[in-house]
Amino acid sequence: MATTIGVLAVQGAFAEHINALEQLGVHGIEIRKPADLTDHPLDGLILPGGESTVIGKLLRELALFEPLKDLIEAGLPVLGTCAGLILLASKIAEDDTIHFGTMNMVARRNAYGRQLGSFQTEAEFDACGQIPMVFIRAPYIETVGHDVDILARVDHHIVAARQGNMVVTSFHPELTADLTVHQYFLRLVQQRILQTYLVR
Amino acid sequence: MNNRYELNKNLAQMLKGGVIMDVTTAEQARIAQEAGACAVMALERIPADIRSAGGVSRMSDPKMIKSIQAAVSIPVMAKVRIGHFAEAQILEAIEIDYIDESEVLSPADDTYHIDKTGFSVPFVCGAKDLGEALRRISEGASMIRTKGEPGTGDVVQAVRHMRLINQQIRTIQNTREDELFQAAKDLQVPYELVQLVNETGKLPVVNFAAGGIATPADAALMMQLGAEGVFVGSGIFKSGNPAKRAQAIVKAVTNYNDAKLLAELSEDLGEAMVGINEQEIDLLMAQRGL
Repeated sequence: MATTIGVLAVQGAFAEHINALEQLGVHGIEIRKPADLTDHPLDGLILPGGESTVIGKLLRELALFEPLKDLIEAGLPVLGTCAGLILLASKIAEDDTIHFGTMNMVARRNAYGRQLGSFQTEAEFDACGQIPMVFIRAPYIETVGHDVDILARVDHHIVAARQGNMVVTSFHPELTADLTVHQYFLRLVQQRILQTYLVR
Repeated sequence: MNNRYELNKNLAQMLKGGVIMDVTTAEQARIAQEAGACAVMALERIPADIRSAGGVSRMSDPKMIKSIQAAVSIPVMAKVRIGHFAEAQILEAIEIDYIDESEVLSPADDTYHIDKTGFSVPFVCGAKDLGEALRRISEGASMIRTKGEPGTGDVVQAVRHMRLINQQIRTIQNTREDELFQAAKDLQVPYELVQLVNETGKLPVVNFAAGGIATPADAALMMQLGAEGVFVGSGIFKSGNPAKRAQAIVKAVTNYNDAKLLAELSEDLGEAMVGINEQEIDLLMAQRGL
């Protein structure tokens, strides 16, 4: 059966993620309501970029918050980019809001300032070499817990990390032609599919 | 074009599927953010009031815009008059996230739009057909919206503009390559942009609906017609219950195909803005800046 990744599609740049998945031969489906989670068994989940205040609010009001949190806590591989990183953070600097809060880190919103602070650069991502990174009114990670692996840094700030089934980037891999981050995430997805199969 | 232009187009991509709301005070900005706006447009008077007050309407007081920037964490946009590049320089100096070169304000130049390629901050511009959209893009706009007819609560013009832009895109997409040169002349736009539309079947930037959207149903209509998000101006803070209406429009944009949910969202919203039919108004703002 083909791998299916759910992409949260309540607001933001979800179409770009589905496009990146398609280039890798993976089926991406839009998640807008609880029925979208039960209609298809998901092998992974992407929380895209957009406005985290909007996405966080819609998650709750469209009754997606609890079922998605359950899936993440049960070990479903999840990739959070930009706003998606904010949703997963256990703490947001100078902000009492917590969304899923499943990943042990402190994130800072709009850490590079307003749109004039948005930038593109290249940096090392895990052991995958240099990749292009686009930061749009981006957050970064101030600190991580001991159980979190740091995958990338730009100017001493943490911009990508992994804790178990959760991978986050403060940049937007879906906005460049480079598919390294999606490939990295899909390896995680494949490992979990294999594990589930072996347990059975 | 340069890297900055790509980053500015990218910001518009992050706004997709969202609602951008007109606000005139920090308090309204907070209500809008709380209701789920993906950005706010800071202006002194909303279009309906500009329309009734008459006179020349200009860029807002930077102090008022700064108070709104301080009040919310979402992107803040503000309007400048068509062709008024000095107003745009001022907004860039206060680090606005997006400038709307807008027909809602009195035009400062009846021939030339701002050369937006000379700026680092992004611009959104209105268009009522594909020619206008591509001309604004060639001048450096990184986001397009329909003009609609601001301050009326009448969606007819936004519908007309969205349908026309998409019809013209489909026509270009199906045009023979050797006929694209003439198409570029007819549309009065650079050949390269016509070629791009021919290849991709869409605008090279994000396209929102604006002008006259007042209800969740209006928002859903525009999304089903191909808008990637909506601007709501007078429709929210001219209505009986702004917070509730704003929230309903936000959810309608996300679930624009779910009629059952739209029915729930449309219930009990209080009074909508009164509205004026397009036949009843003397000033068509959409005719400004071609």
